[in-house]
Amino acid sequence: MRRLSWFNTVSLTLGFAFLYIPMIILITYSFNAGKLVTVWSGFSTKWYGELFRNEAFLDAAWVTLKVAVMSSSIATVLGTMAAYVMVRAGRFPGRTVFSGMIYAPLVMPEVITGLSLLLLFIAIGLDRGVLTIVLAHTTFSMCFVSVVVSSRLVTFDQSLEEAALDLGCTGFEAFRLVTLPIIMPAVVSGWLLAFTLSLDDLVIASFTSGPSSTTLPIKIFSAVRLGVSPEINALSTIMIGLVTVGVIGASLTSKRSIAKRQKDEQEAII
Amino acid sequence: MKRFGLISVPYLWLLALFLVPFLIVLKISLSDTALAIPPYTPTLDISQGWEGIKAWWIALDLENYFWLASDDLYWKAYLSSLKIAIISTILTLMVGYPIAYGMSRAPDEWRPTLMMLIILPFWTSFLIRVYSWKAILSNEGLLNQLLMYLGVIQEPLVILNTNIAVYIGIVYTYLPFMVLPIYSALERLDESLLEAAEDLGCSRLKAFWLVTMPLSKQGIIAGSFLVFIPAMGEFVIPALLGGSKTLMIGKVLWEEFFSNRDWPVASAVAVVLLLLLIIPIVLFQRNEEKQREAEK
Amino acid sequence: MSDAATAPVSVFAPWEDAQAKPLIQFQNVTKRWGDFTAIDDLSIDIYPEEFFALLGPSGCGKTTMMRMLAGFETPTEGKILIDGQDVARIPPNKRAVNMMFQSYALFPHLSVAENIAFGLKRDKQPKDKIEARVEEMLSLVQLNKFANRKPHQISGGQRQRVALARSLAKAPKLLLLDEPLGALDKKLRQDTQFELMDIQEKTGTTFVIVTHDQEEAMTVASRIAVMDHGKIIQVDTPSKIYEEPKSIYVADFIGDVNLIRGNVTKTSEGHASISWAEGQSELTGIARSEIEAGAVATLAVRPEKLSIYTSRPKDQTNVIKGKVLDIAYLGNMSTYVIETASGETIKAQVANTRRIQRRQITWEEKVWLSFTDTAGVVLNQ
Repeated sequence: MRRLSWFNTVSLTLGFAFLYIPMIILITYSFNAGKLVTVWSGFSTKWYGELFRNEAFLDAAWVTLKVAVMSSSIATVLGTMAAYVMVRAGRFPGRTVFSGMIYAPLVMPEVITGLSLLLLFIAIGLDRGVLTIVLAHTTFSMCFVSVVVSSRLVTFDQSLEEAALDLGCTGFEAFRLVTLPIIMPAVVSGWLLAFTLSLDDLVIASFTSGPSSTTLPIKIFSAVRLGVSPEINALSTIMIGLVTVGVIGASLTSKRSIAKRQKDEQEAII
Repeated sequence: MKRFGLISVPYLWLLALFLVPFLIVLKISLSDTALAIPPYTPTLDISQGWEGIKAWWIALDLENYFWLASDDLYWKAYLSSLKIAIISTILTLMVGYPIAYGMSRAPDEWRPTLMMLIILPFWTSFLIRVYSWKAILSNEGLLNQLLMYLGVIQEPLVILNTNIAVYIGIVYTYLPFMVLPIYSALERLDESLLEAAEDLGCSRLKAFWLVTMPLSKQGIIAGSFLVFIPAMGEFVIPALLGGSKTLMIGKVLWEEFFSNRDWPVASAVAVVLLLLLIIPIVLFQRNEEKQREAEK
Repeated sequence: MSDAATAPVSVFAPWEDAQAKPLIQFQNVTKRWGDFTAIDDLSIDIYPEEFFALLGPSGCGKTTMMRMLAGFETPTEGKILIDGQDVARIPPNKRAVNMMFQSYALFPHLSVAENIAFGLKRDKQPKDKIEARVEEMLSLVQLNKFANRKPHQISGGQRQRVALARSLAKAPKLLLLDEPLGALDKKLRQDTQFELMDIQEKTGTTFVIVTHDQEEAMTVASRIAVMDHGKIIQVDTPSKIYEEPKSIYVADFIGDVNLIRGNVTKTSEGHASISWAEGQSELTGIARSEIEAGAVATLAVRPEKLSIYTSRPKDQTNVIKGKVLDIAYLGNMSTYVIETASGETIKAQVANTRRIQRRQITWEEKVWLSFTDTAGVVLNQ
């Protein structure tokens, strides 16, 4: 078995400490009894209670969830199509533009994307609200989905699709019965990525939301701009907790399925 | 025919909601400011059909761009954004490379866990991660408490609301974007290459410089772009951690738009920022396509 | 005289029969990608129930031919007929042709039985009929026990058989096999070759196999087409390809061969003689009519056709003098590399029928090689 050298041990320890200590502090102080988030004054869960009585936060959370589910679902369909086009369609007029439009949103400063979408919605007279946020989120997150799915499609054995055609499938049947089930894990992670991106987005939502459609990040931002607040710590702790459970659960499931697969393969040889 | 449909749906979506909006930004950056809703003239009247769209494009001038050039706030903000983005990209690389390297050298059974630990912050809210530093870096914050307790300093360090806090914020939030591409490049690296280099007379350090570094180049390039480009236009980090002296163009744009309600100038700011970023974006896209080709 | 003419009528040789109707016809087919010509004006007929092998190095166009039959590529020029019908406009899913892929292309998310049933389900056949057919195919490839396993839960050889069963399930008129045994190790490959022949005979399906392994082609095929650069160089039965190659390329591609270059001195009754080196007697082999005296030609003779002697043999037409340069002991046989005075090297293979040779031939020893005048073929340049 390989062992870590002292250098690697130190860099990993420091690196992960840097990544996790701020979050641990944040979580710790969400259980602080006092109002100040820098002075410990005893354990309490009262901020969680406050949080759940705060109607404005609950409303914003509901809007955010609606937007995230809708935008990530549309983005998954569009992003998977785009990935298919990128990997399989070969050459077609405007391919470079297409590929540019897929990659650019990945790194485009959000202020630009947000501003440009807002100006579009105003120019065509679309009232700002849940719909406009969904459109905006779908647009940038479909590119992330497309990158995730296309990296899976690149390694996909194309003869599987040919075999399906050879056995009598139409093109769409081959996709539905063979390709889609096999790339499903990538599609699901694309959806999850789109979902979290939407949950997380402040800047684009700020530009494209209307007065009746404030999302959670907008609410959090206006609360923390002025200073730290234990209520936000409590909210953050809940969000971090959900993500942690999700990520650990997902990685355990995939670890188990990999282990099972290896066991199966060994048995197959015998 | 089916192929056409498959291509056209995502294509048209991106055209309508990604490319056309930029044209509109460009157009509005060339329009006049007005005390109206929306606050620029002339406005688009789609009901008049093609004539309306044509009328909308007439009467343009470069006034807003002259304004940008004449007011040193703007070009100072661009320069300062560039400086902050470059420095924090280098810092992120310096912090991220050893982590990625350590991960790639870790025993096989640790790797999924380490990978998960890197990805986990990536899934948690960006806003929350930036916010978490506020309590640490403030004057009476935990870092100052710790340093004073240890006797390293007598007076609290002023970190929050300075550029240093912005650097820390960028390095912290963008770290996974740097680590992941470098790790995936290093992970593919065949260890026998290093052994071969040592066998041929390289020292360990030399083998690292001559073999490991060049082979992880693509990961470094991808990671640097993934940090540099969004950092240029970053808004949340300077807004939460930076001070009034922190000039970043994303913040300027935001204030121009939301506080001053000067849409044409905000649009001009965005157009110039995009022009500055177009070269790195194209380079980034090339790098990605190259990598995709290599994987095939 | 050729083998087919002397053989009894019952031997399977539809290509000799002018009345037989071909199943597949390539008529002047050309396939180009930009400047690259993959298939160059190629015509060939393949008959029902044949086991036809396309043999050639990678890039020779054999896979392209197969993919055109399956419908994944269309010819740039020319026509492909299956059962007399032009298939240019028929998409792969509407052709009575199935293919076994080199990678097997088993659907990893479906069980063995579901993989085999996949094509049948597309035909909307009734459920009990599908089940019966799957059962039948599983017995054919002896995998009944593994019906519910996923592809990654079975061994490589079993996967190969699942792929075969899946492609045969729809009872295609024509089965295409793309390097079907390429992924198996040598021992398993040999066993599987016989199994494949057995199944082909049982089902009566026409098989077209693509391979770069000449031994495999020789073992399984009724006829072999040797291809190079998008053209078919020779189509013949395995024995004819081996014994009577029509070109140096074919002689050299299949098995081991000695190629001896010289000038044709005389021709008579299907034989030709060449003079090839000073101090060596002329060599005679069979030749086709286009070989003319005075021309430059090459005599191709297989190493196992040569006998080796320690003294000059009498009453032999073809004799070569030289000394032993190298000996390779291969167990069942030994290969001797002989160098002539003019510096040419010639290989002779001798079966080790006895455990210990009475008289060991050693390095640097002076020897004579000889072979009959029907052992070698004189070929044009």
